[in-house]
Amino acid sequence: MNFLPLWRYQNQLIDGAIITLELTVISALAGLVIGIAGAVALKGRITPLRWLVRGYIELFRNTPSLIQIFIVFFVLPNFGLKLPAFEAAAVALSLYFGAYSVEIIRAGLDSIPRSQVEAGQCLGLSGWQVFRHIILPPALRNAYPAVTSQFVLLLLGTSLASQVATDELFHVAGFIESRTYRSFEVYAVICAVYFAMAMSFKALFAVIALAAFRWPRRR
Amino acid sequence: MRSFSLIDFVSLFAALRWTVALVVLALLLGAPLALGLALGRISRFAGLRWAMAALIQVIQSVPLLGLLFFFYFGMPVFLGVQVPALIAVTVAYTLYTAAFLGEIWRGGLEAVKQAQWEASACLGLSAWQQFRHIIAPQALRLSLPPTVGFLVQLIKGTSLASILGFVELARAGQVVSAATFQPLLTYALVAAIYFALCLPLTLWSRSLEARLDGSR
Repeated sequence: MNFLPLWRYQNQLIDGAIITLELTVISALAGLVIGIAGAVALKGRITPLRWLVRGYIELFRNTPSLIQIFIVFFVLPNFGLKLPAFEAAAVALSLYFGAYSVEIIRAGLDSIPRSQVEAGQCLGLSGWQVFRHIILPPALRNAYPAVTSQFVLLLLGTSLASQVATDELFHVAGFIESRTYRSFEVYAVICAVYFAMAMSFKALFAVIALAAFRWPRRR
Repeated sequence: MRSFSLIDFVSLFAALRWTVALVVLALLLGAPLALGLALGRISRFAGLRWAMAALIQVIQSVPLLGLLFFFYFGMPVFLGVQVPALIAVTVAYTLYTAAFLGEIWRGGLEAVKQAQWEASACLGLSAWQQFRHIIAPQALRLSLPPTVGFLVQLIKGTSLASILGFVELARAGQVVSAATFQPLLTYALVAAIYFALCLPLTLWSRSLEARLDGSR
């Protein structure tokens, strides 16, 4: 075991970690937009749209993320949509994250008892005010743990983008390995970097939760 | 270049055996470990609780892909001998399964009220009898739906073994795709096979959740 040869590849590791973070944040934001739109569609009255969203969720939650990335990268060019590696991975991961987000956000909205909405209406609040002040804050708090743990899974899942040569952290590992032949040491270091990033996000989310959701649960 | 033929179809299904084998091995070896982790997490000894929590936290905060590479290249370093890919990936999937199932089962065990332990102790049951006859059946009821849900994650996760060159379904798909230049047909077929494996489990998990509703 010898970690010394890896020392000079610090800059590549940092660049890789930055691309991993970019990929994670972009996919998470796009996925959340899909999630919110999907949850609204699921609550809506248009039946074909509901079926479409259901089909999308089941399709993306029941097939491996790796195959989804392969399909976006290798198959879509057949239909004239040729995406570079980073964009292809971002599209596939957004759709994957989106499928989980729809369910999480829908469950968050469903967690608000109907009677609270009615109570808000009785107080003379408008539809938007009911949503903004009655539904949204507790729904956010209820969905928060699931969204954040899904975010950490997404961060770890971006490692699959290395398989279509996105130069994120895991791909950098392959590069350093090919230069140094210190396979085990490289992957041990890479695992440690992912671990540090995942733990930092978990700590950050815990702090945000403490600050944002201060009101008591029951009274 | 050759066209997609029956033999490609057969090779995908032949590789499916290895996907199933990986899942079965991970469950058989991972489940007892998971039970140990779950019991350690609710143990009376704070040191044990912390150690188990840390172990689970580490495994859950590292990409599955990283775990696979770590053991694939690490086992020869630790053991001093070359091990077959099957053993290395089995170790990685076993630990992955143990960490996630352990955490799910701990949740189930903790959801059973403390008074149930006390009541069964009052009936003169030994610690093992309390667990076996009073706590475990109730915890099982609560943790079965997420356990089945995790099974879907595990099946999808076995596709990563392809990256180490282990020939399971995803790898066979890559090989067939490269040989026939038909990525569309091949990957659609591979995705469909995974979908056919996972969807029934997802639906089963959902119906269990409705039927074994914890809140009753």
